[in-house]
Amino acid sequence: MITLTVNGAEHKLDVDIRTTILDALRDHLGLTGSKKGCDHGQCGACTVLINGRRVNSCLTLAVMHEGDEITTIEGLGEPGNLHPMQESFLHHDGYQCGYCTPGQIVSAVGMLGEVKDGWPSHVTGDIAHGGADLSNEEISERMSGNLCRCSAYPNIVDAIRQVGTTGKGAV
Amino acid sequence: MKSFAYERASDPKAAAAIASRAHARFIAGGTNLLDLMKIQVETPETLVDITRLPLKEIAEADGGLSIGALVTNSDLAADERVRRDYEVLSRALLAGASGQLRNKATTGGNFLQRTRCSYFYETNARCNKREPGSGCDAMNGFNRILAILGTSDKCIASHPSDMAVAMRALDAEVETLKSDGSTRRLTLPELYRLPGDTPERDTNLEAGELITAVRLPKPLGGTHIYRKVRDRASYAFALVSVAAVIGVENGRMETIRLAFGGIGTMPWRDARVEEALIGEAPSAALFAKAADILLTEAKGHGENDFKIPLMRRVLPAVLREATGVAA
Ligand SMILES: Cc1cc2nc3c(=O)[nH]c(=O)nc-3n(C[C@H](O)[C@H](O)[C@H](O)COP(=O)(O)OP(=O)(O)OC[C@H]3O[C@@H](n4cnc5c(N)ncnc54)[C@H](O)[C@@H]3O)c2cc1C
Ligand code: SF4
Ligand code: FES
Ligand code: FES
Repeated sequence: MITLTVNGAEHKLDVDIRTTILDALRDHLGLTGSKKGCDHGQCGACTVLINGRRVNSCLTLAVMHEGDEITTIEGLGEPGNLHPMQESFLHHDGYQCGYCTPGQIVSAVGMLGEVKDGWPSHVTGDIAHGGADLSNEEISERMSGNLCRCSAYPNIVDAIRQVGTTGKGAV
Repeated sequence: MKSFAYERASDPKAAAAIASRAHARFIAGGTNLLDLMKIQVETPETLVDITRLPLKEIAEADGGLSIGALVTNSDLAADERVRRDYEVLSRALLAGASGQLRNKATTGGNFLQRTRCSYFYETNARCNKREPGSGCDAMNGFNRILAILGTSDKCIASHPSDMAVAMRALDAEVETLKSDGSTRRLTLPELYRLPGDTPERDTNLEAGELITAVRLPKPLGGTHIYRKVRDRASYAFALVSVAAVIGVENGRMETIRLAFGGIGTMPWRDARVEEALIGEAPSAALFAKAADILLTEAKGHGENDFKIPLMRRVLPAVLREATGVAA
């Protein structure tokens, strides 16, 4: 028996020791917003926040995260009460089929937190001093862990930039 | 995935003791180990969860830094001291994997990640590293990403880490704790093994030996560059990479540290290359000579032949950028 804290609520789960966070969410808690694209850390569709940091939920075991705060796409916002990033993806049409979208949105929220904390990226010029701007190049690099087979990238980048620069989802 | 017993270690000594049992493995970020367990390339009977051990600090030590084995790749890359004094390390980390993976991947785990050779991953294939004595399907197969230096007739797997290449350039050493409670410090050439006749052993660590920290000597100054050439602009392993720390004084190269990724069976460095450059005035002719020296013993296996001419261009390009010498 393990205890997981998901979107603020504690759940006691009787799961096989091999269960990943992703399978615990989808198969045991009915939270199917997080998607399984590859199950090997290669696509980002399963991205959740653990203690505020974005991670691939397919590559970590549920049993290793007792006591940690897990936030999924369902915990960011719901119909009628959307998170600005969800609103912005709607507004900018940041998807086609929508399969990668929950992972993109959760990843983007985590990514903006990293930018706020001044973390550099592979394309940041002067990493010894400056923080980072939200140029298209920076957003693309920082979001490279989220693949989109429909290639909705331009609108995804626009959606993220809007929230990153204005804090707002709707225009 | 095969099932396993799970133990959460309470302190480093306990972790090392539990992990010295047969078929036990430490698990840190899990981003390499779980990946391999899912396809049953790794089938540990006991997993020792070390993620709650107090090995998450980056502290100043002996004029350099001591980096806890559980510091994540993200935290290490973002650390102000690393960005200022060991920029090549931040750059190498940021060139690896993705934001999500770097948030999980740890310093210790990154050193010990296994090769990305596709036959190592494919349990129906012959692979001496996965199954000693079975053969090597890569030798005459898909070996585009594999090594051209340090290979043997048993294995040509490249070491995939970007971080370890920068660490090698910086003369990092790993500190370990053995299951009997003793500790030791290993340079990277002492940590890693060439494949030789025993490609199944990537390192000289003993069963249950825990990496506790990594030590960086005092900063070198100079210009830091990590140049990674890969099949797409981000989120791909290196085909070839160069970690460089170069200091020029009075028109001569007084500091030279060069390490290489993608070409070697371990994070690669060649003293002869640095000796050819140290104290000399930078010039295009000298840079070409340095690349020739590096590649003297290089051997392609068909698909990966291109790495030789590629590195022959990338190393001089990095040296030109670092010294301002024109092509
Ligand atoms: C899609 C994908 C892309 C990637 N791209 C890159 C890339 O471009 N560049 C790159 O460098 N890497 C890349 N990686 C690899 C990634 O960097 C490694 O998986 C990660 O660094 C491993 O760290 P970890 O903490 O998750 O290790 P784990 O998976 O937890 O462990 C790996 C191994 O190290 C052992 N271990 C862990 N910690 C210790 C310790 N303290 N002492 C002793 N043994 C220990 C474990 O027992 C295991 O055998 C990629 C991975 C994925 C999945
Ligand atoms: S190169 Fe090494 S890892 Fe790849 S198949 Fe041959 S023995 Fe296995
Ligand atoms: S399902 Fe986790 S990264 Fe693809
Ligand atoms: S919208 Fe279809 S995969 Fe991204």
